[in-house]
Amino acid sequence: MWDYTDKVREHFLNPRNVGEVENPDGIGEVGSIACGDALKLTFRLGDDKKIAEAKFKTFGCASAIASSSALTEMIIGKTLEEAENISNENIAEFLGGLPKEKIHCSVMGQEALEKAIAYYRGEPEKVLEGEIVCHCFNVTDVDIQRAVKEKGLKTLEDVTGYLKAGGGCGNCHEEISNIIKASQGISIMEPKKPAAGLTNLQKIRKIEETLEIEIKPALMRDGGNIELVDVDGNRVLVRLQGACATCSRSRITLKDHVEARLRTLVAHDLVVEEA
Amino acid sequence: MTPVYLDNNATTRVADEVLEAMLPYFTEFYGNPSSMHTFGGQVASQIQKARQQVASLLGAASSDEILFTSCGTESDAAAVHAALRAFPERKHLITSTVEHPAIKALFEKLGKEGFRITTIPVDDRGRLNMDLLEKSLDEDTAIVSMMWANNETGTLFPVEAIGKLCREKGILFHTDAVQAVGKIPMDLKTMPIDLLSLSGHKLHAPKGVGALYIRKGTPFTPFIVGGHQEHGRRAGTENVASIIGLGRACLLAEEKMAEENTRVRAMRDRLEKELLSRIPKCFVNGDLDARLPNTCSISFEYIEGEAILLMMNQYGICASSGSACTSGSLEPSHVLRAMGVPHTAAHGTIRFSLSIYNTEAEMDAVIEKLPPIVKRLREMSPFWSEA
Ligand SMILES: Cc1ncc(COP(=O)(O)O)c(C=O)c1O
Ligand code: FES
Repeated sequence: MWDYTDKVREHFLNPRNVGEVENPDGIGEVGSIACGDALKLTFRLGDDKKIAEAKFKTFGCASAIASSSALTEMIIGKTLEEAENISNENIAEFLGGLPKEKIHCSVMGQEALEKAIAYYRGEPEKVLEGEIVCHCFNVTDVDIQRAVKEKGLKTLEDVTGYLKAGGGCGNCHEEISNIIKASQGISIMEPKKPAAGLTNLQKIRKIEETLEIEIKPALMRDGGNIELVDVDGNRVLVRLQGACATCSRSRITLKDHVEARLRTLVAHDLVVEEA
Repeated sequence: MTPVYLDNNATTRVADEVLEAMLPYFTEFYGNPSSMHTFGGQVASQIQKARQQVASLLGAASSDEILFTSCGTESDAAAVHAALRAFPERKHLITSTVEHPAIKALFEKLGKEGFRITTIPVDDRGRLNMDLLEKSLDEDTAIVSMMWANNETGTLFPVEAIGKLCREKGILFHTDAVQAVGKIPMDLKTMPIDLLSLSGHKLHAPKGVGALYIRKGTPFTPFIVGGHQEHGRRAGTENVASIIGLGRACLLAEEKMAEENTRVRAMRDRLEKELLSRIPKCFVNGDLDARLPNTCSISFEYIEGEAILLMMNQYGICASSGSACTSGSLEPSHVLRAMGVPHTAAHGTIRFSLSIYNTEAEMDAVIEKLPPIVKRLREMSPFWSEA
């Protein structure tokens, strides 16, 4: 069931300011179709340097559309300095609250606004800080640490609700949990490793078989392919071809996916590398 | 507003006939079927009658092959665990990439516990790769579990052919037929199927009752132990009223089988055809040549499913979506991804699933309301103009 407030429903069913501003002063685009939601925010400043017009186009669920609509209402009539102070919590509050797993919709609004203002000021795009932990949604360890600290997130679900990290294939769950524990000052035990006592030959056979049966057919459908080049201890060298074309990070995701499958099906300590 | 209920693969309404058959077992015949006295004992014979009704719908050779359970999920788990206990030395399990979580999560768990799991992929129409299946069967394989009908797309797997391959190799074959039972005719006595799961609430019986078909001679160890109910194969006092209801629902399904495959199918086909002709950039998912008569999965490109559902909800139209946002997960359905449905469309997939209670007027309502909803959401989508 939809756990939405009346205000969310109302903004979803009657969204304000849909479209694109002509000759905009600011443009902010976040998200992608692969991620499941995306927002394009445009605004124009009036002579008084206040936002005279703001419009949005959103691909996403009801709360994504409502958050975008709310955002435009909130920023119209404000100076950039005032608008800049709008946080994702403000957007959620404006809507009378959002379900926990939809908080990222308001975060998307805030990010689009930030980007649109940076565009107006001619500031360079923010570069990713830290190491990517969740490849499905391009979220880094620094992002997670910051969110845990600043927003007081306590669980994996909190992080997924806020940053989306962990909401896809789930491969990053352990790492996210570890980051949360580390930020809370809990020491992390090294996960237990070594695998079943396969001989090298058995291992190579199983890797080959897994690639053939589990991985290749799916890749080939997307016009890609994978080739086993070598197995050296626990290192599996592969060559990727084509690759799924949905987004730029598909190669990393793919490598991780192959690694995860091989780890579950063959041995826990395998590392996949591109040859 | 009376709902236009097109979510029958999620659950169905209990049929009037079914409810009526059940009611006396709450207040009148409330005895325990295991009791020695006639008051309780007479209930046992009614359970036996329900067992025969289930067996009849399935075309099973004998009612002894039917075991009542608490749901489809339990039937799946009991089948797989029985196979593992029957062949403790075998460590390989085979399933498909498009199973319901009842099987998917179970196999993932067994994978973590050290079993070797092979998941056979499907093609873009959801058809199973039979070559790979054949190659994957080996002497270490304990069980093959392949759903009969897919809950999201309605695609039917060739269970007869799968069962044949398994039988040649002496491997147990289980099918999760939760979506198939009651919608398509089956005759298990002539089919190479060892174990089959079904669930009451998908065929107008109540929620919380299911059954497992265990072909005579198939090794079976109980999953739940205790009393001697169900011939010692599942302990626990029977959910009497629901079992009676399930039996009655099976009888009803037999009576309505022809209607399901003619009137319901024709309604589904018309709905599909009209939507495809009125809405640009949308397509039907699944194997159009082998599909349940009641299911229609359509992907609308460049928009998101939850938004479509919520707008349809305004008009009382109930359907479901393969989109991420409705499930709490952010990835679109694993079934659509396994079929290679691109992200541009997977997020905007809606499943309509009909039943004998639907009417042509309800189809008309969807045909009228949905095109403007899609148009409106597309006008809001940043990807639409570029498309
Ligand atoms: C294919 C399939 N298998 C299993 C189940 C689970 O059945 P139950 O809800 O009775 O546990 C469902 C129900 O959604 C299903 O569609
Ligand atoms: S969900 Fe984080 S990597 Fe897939």
